[in-house]
Amino acid sequence: MTISIDPQKTNNESLQPKGWLRYFSFSLDHKVIGIQYLVCGFLFYLIGGTLASAIRIELASPMSDFMPRDVYNQVLTLHGTIMIFLWIVPVVNGAFGNYLIPFYVGARDMAFPRLNAVAFWLIPPSGLMLVASYFVDGAAQAGWTAYPPLSITTPQSGQIIWILSVLLLGGSSIFGGINFIATIIKLRRPGLKLMKLPMYCWAMLGTSLLVVLSTPVLAGTLILLSFDIIANTGFFNPVLGGNVVVYQHLFWFYSHPAVYIMVLPAFGLVSEILPVHARKPLFGYTTMVFSIMGIVVLGLVVWAHHMFTSGTPPWMRLFFTIATAFIAVPTGIKFFNWVATLWGGKISINSAMLFSCGFIINFVFGGITGVALAQVPFDIHVHDTYFVVAHFHYIVYGGTVFIIFSSIYHWFPKVTGKMLKEKLGILHFIITFIGFNLCFAPQHWLGLNGMPRRVAEYDPQFQFVNQISSLGALLMAMSTIPFLINVYLSVRNGKDAGDNPWNALTPEWLTSSPPPVENWEGEAPLVEEPYGYGKEITEGK
Amino acid sequence: MLNKNIYLILIISLVFGISFWIGFNVNLLPAEASINAPIYDELFKILFIIGLIIFIGMTIAVIYSLFKFRKRNDQIGDGIALEGNLSLEIVWTIIPSIIVLLIGLYSYNIYDRMGGMKELNHNHEMMSSNTEKIWAGISQTSDNEIAINNLSIEVSAMQFAFLFNYPKGNFISGELHVPVDQKVSMKMESKDVIHAFWVPEFRIKQDIIPGQPTILNFTPTKVGKYPIICAELCGPYHGGMRASIIVEEESDYKEWFNKNKKPEVNL
Ligand code: HEM
Ligand SMILES: [Cu+2]
Ligand SMILES: [Cu+2]
Repeated sequence: MTISIDPQKTNNESLQPKGWLRYFSFSLDHKVIGIQYLVCGFLFYLIGGTLASAIRIELASPMSDFMPRDVYNQVLTLHGTIMIFLWIVPVVNGAFGNYLIPFYVGARDMAFPRLNAVAFWLIPPSGLMLVASYFVDGAAQAGWTAYPPLSITTPQSGQIIWILSVLLLGGSSIFGGINFIATIIKLRRPGLKLMKLPMYCWAMLGTSLLVVLSTPVLAGTLILLSFDIIANTGFFNPVLGGNVVVYQHLFWFYSHPAVYIMVLPAFGLVSEILPVHARKPLFGYTTMVFSIMGIVVLGLVVWAHHMFTSGTPPWMRLFFTIATAFIAVPTGIKFFNWVATLWGGKISINSAMLFSCGFIINFVFGGITGVALAQVPFDIHVHDTYFVVAHFHYIVYGGTVFIIFSSIYHWFPKVTGKMLKEKLGILHFIITFIGFNLCFAPQHWLGLNGMPRRVAEYDPQFQFVNQISSLGALLMAMSTIPFLINVYLSVRNGKDAGDNPWNALTPEWLTSSPPPVENWEGEAPLVEEPYGYGKEITEGK
Repeated sequence: MLNKNIYLILIISLVFGISFWIGFNVNLLPAEASINAPIYDELFKILFIIGLIIFIGMTIAVIYSLFKFRKRNDQIGDGIALEGNLSLEIVWTIIPSIIVLLIGLYSYNIYDRMGGMKELNHNHEMMSSNTEKIWAGISQTSDNEIAINNLSIEVSAMQFAFLFNYPKGNFISGELHVPVDQKVSMKMESKDVIHAFWVPEFRIKQDIIPGQPTILNFTPTKVGKYPIICAELCGPYHGGMRASIIVEEESDYKEWFNKNKKPEVNL
C-alpha cells in the first residue's frame, strides 16, 4: 500500500475560509493546525493559571478560608489536569510539531492531514467539558492522579467526565504521535539523511514513540477505573477485592513517560534556538541524538519511583532508584552540549535567548532535586510534600514553559511576518524569572519541614514562606500582561520581519514569512547543514 | 595559557568551597528525633553539596558565556564552527555516570542502615492462607521479625483521623504515645481510602493502604511532641488530618499506659 497525498485536493485554497476564519475551520494545513493548537493551548493556560492563582490565594493563610475544602480539591485537580493535558502536551507536541516537522523533513504537509485535524478538534470540546464539569455537580476532586479508592468514592459525575476528557485527550495525542512518526520516517524528501535532520525531529520521534507506547496503557487503566465507578466492578476497589497499588503501577507507566512527553520536545526546541542566536553549530549532534534515545528507553522503566512509599518490595525500590538516577546521564550530556554551543559564539542577548538560558538554569536545578528524589531514603521523607511540588514545577514550568515562550519569540516572525518587541519581551522574561523562582524555590523548604501537598490548610508556622510563594505566583500571573500586549501590538503594527530575520539555516526560514500554503513556492530546499554556522555556506545562502 | 588555568582552578575551588560551606552550615531540615533521622541527614548533606557544586558551576558557565561571548554592536559573522569534541563528550558522559553510580550505592547503603532492605517475610504461613499481603515499610529490625518484646501498635487510618490501638493494653488512643529509645512496630491499615503516615522529625513515611496492611518500624530518640501528618490526598479534610506522637520517658509512658489499659477479659 502506498500513502498518497494530493495536496492540491487537501489544501484547496478556494474551499478554505480566508483570514482569521481559517483558524476556526477544519483546516488540513499543518501550519494552521499548529497555530490552532498553540492558541487553544494558551487559552487553557490562562484558565489553568487562574486556578493556580486561586490555589495560591487560598494558601496565603493557614486556614481554609478562601474556598470550601472540596472546591479547593476540585480547583487543584482541574489545574493539574489542564496544565498537563491541555497546555503543555498539546503545545510542545501538537503546536510546534505540526508547524515545524513538515518543514524540517521537506514535506508539504503531515502524512495524514485529516487525522491531524481530527486530533486537534478533539481538544477544545474535551477541554470545555472538563471545565464545565465544575458547574454540573462539582469537578473531579481526586487530584490529577485520580488514585482509587478516593476517585471511586468522591462524587461520581465529575470523576466520570474527567476520565472521558482525559481519554479523548489521550486519543488526540496518540493520533498526533502516529502522524509524527509517519511524517518523519516516510515523508522525508529524497536525499535528506536521518543524521542531518534538525534535532527537534529526533526529539519528536522519541516523544511520539513514548506517546504511542504508553498512552494506551493510561487509556486502558482509566476505562477499568470507570467500570469500577459506574458498573461496580472491583478492579481497583479494595472493598470488592481490588488492588489499589496496581492502579498506581498502570497509571505511572504512562505518567512517568508523560514528563518526558513534556520535556523532550522542549529539549528539541532549545536545540534549534540556541545555535541560531549563538551563531554556532549545535555542539555534539550525534551524542544529542543518542541521549534522546537513551532518555526514551530509560524513561519507560522508571515509573515506580513515584511509589516508594506505596509498599513496593525492596528489590523494586533498588532497581527503580538506579534506573531513575541514570537518566541524569543522557540529560546531563544534553545540558553540557548546550553550554558548549554557547561557548565561543557571537550571542545575541534577546528574549528567545534569555528564555532559553533561563530554561537551562531552572532545569538544572529541577534535575538535581530529581536525582535526589530518585534515592529511596531521600524520597521517603519528602514524597507527597511541597518539595515534590517545587521539583516538578521547576521541570514543567522552569523547563517547558520557559521554552514555549522562547519558541514563541523565535518563530513569531516566521508565523506572522512581524517581529515581537524586544523591550517588552525582556521585561516579560525578567518578571517571569523572578516570579517563578520566588514562587517555587521556597517550597523546597516547606516540603522538607513538614508541609504535605494537596492541602487547603496547613500549620501556621509555614505562613510566611507560603506568602512569599504566593507573591511569586502573583508576579508570574502579571508577567503574562507584557507578553499579551506585545503579541497584540506586534500583530497590529509590528516591524516587518522579512523571510529570515535571524539569518537562520533550518528550512522553515528559506521561504516567505508567513509561508505559502504549500510551504515553498517551488521545490523544497535540501538543507545539508541545518547548523552550519561559521562555515562557508552561511555566506552563500 | 598558564594564566587561564590559574583562573579556572581558582573558580573551581571557589565553587567547591562555597558549596561545602553552604552544605555544612545551612540546615534545611527539622529536628532529628529518630534513629533514622541522622542517617537520612547524612545522605541529604552529601546530595546537597554535590547538587550545589553542579548547579553553581552550570549557572556560572551560562552567565559567563552570555557576558563573554555576547555579540558587540560592531560584530558581524558567526562564532567558531565547532561541532563537537569527542574526548570532551566522553569525559562528561563518564564523570556523571560515576557520580550517579556512587550516589546510588551510597544511598543503598543508607537505606540498608535504615533497615529498608529487609524483606518482612514473617508470618509467612499464616499469610499465604489468605489473600492479604503485608508490605514492608522502613524497618529497624535486625532480624526479619517484629520482636515480641517490641512495642507493637495497630494503626488504623480513616477519613480523617488516625486511631492507635494498643493490643497489650486493650485500648485505643487518638494520640500516639511511645517511650523514648525503644523500637516501635506498627501495623497499619486503612478503613477507606489511601492515607499516609508521616512524621517529619523521624524522616519516615509510609502509605496506609486499604486491603494491604503495611508495617512501619522506628525508634524515637528524643523526648517531645511531634506532628503526625497524612501525606496522601484522602478527601476534603486531608489537610486537617493530623495527630501527635508523644515521645516520653519510660516511666511517663508506663504511667500513661496503665491509666488507659483495660483489664483483660478472661473467658
Ligand atoms: C502558572 C504558574 C503555576 C503556579 C503558580 C502553580 C501552582 C500550583 C500549586 C500551588 C499547586 C498545588 C500543589 C499541591 O498542593 O499539590 C499546583 C499543582 C500542580 N501543578 Fe501547578 N502551578 C503553575 C503552573 C503549572 C504548570 C505549567 C504545570 C504543567 C504541567 C503545572 C502542573 C501541576 C500539577 C500536575 C499539579 C498537581 C495537581 C495535583 O496534585 O493533582 N502547574 N500548582
Ligand atoms: Cu488521610
Ligand atoms: Cu490525607
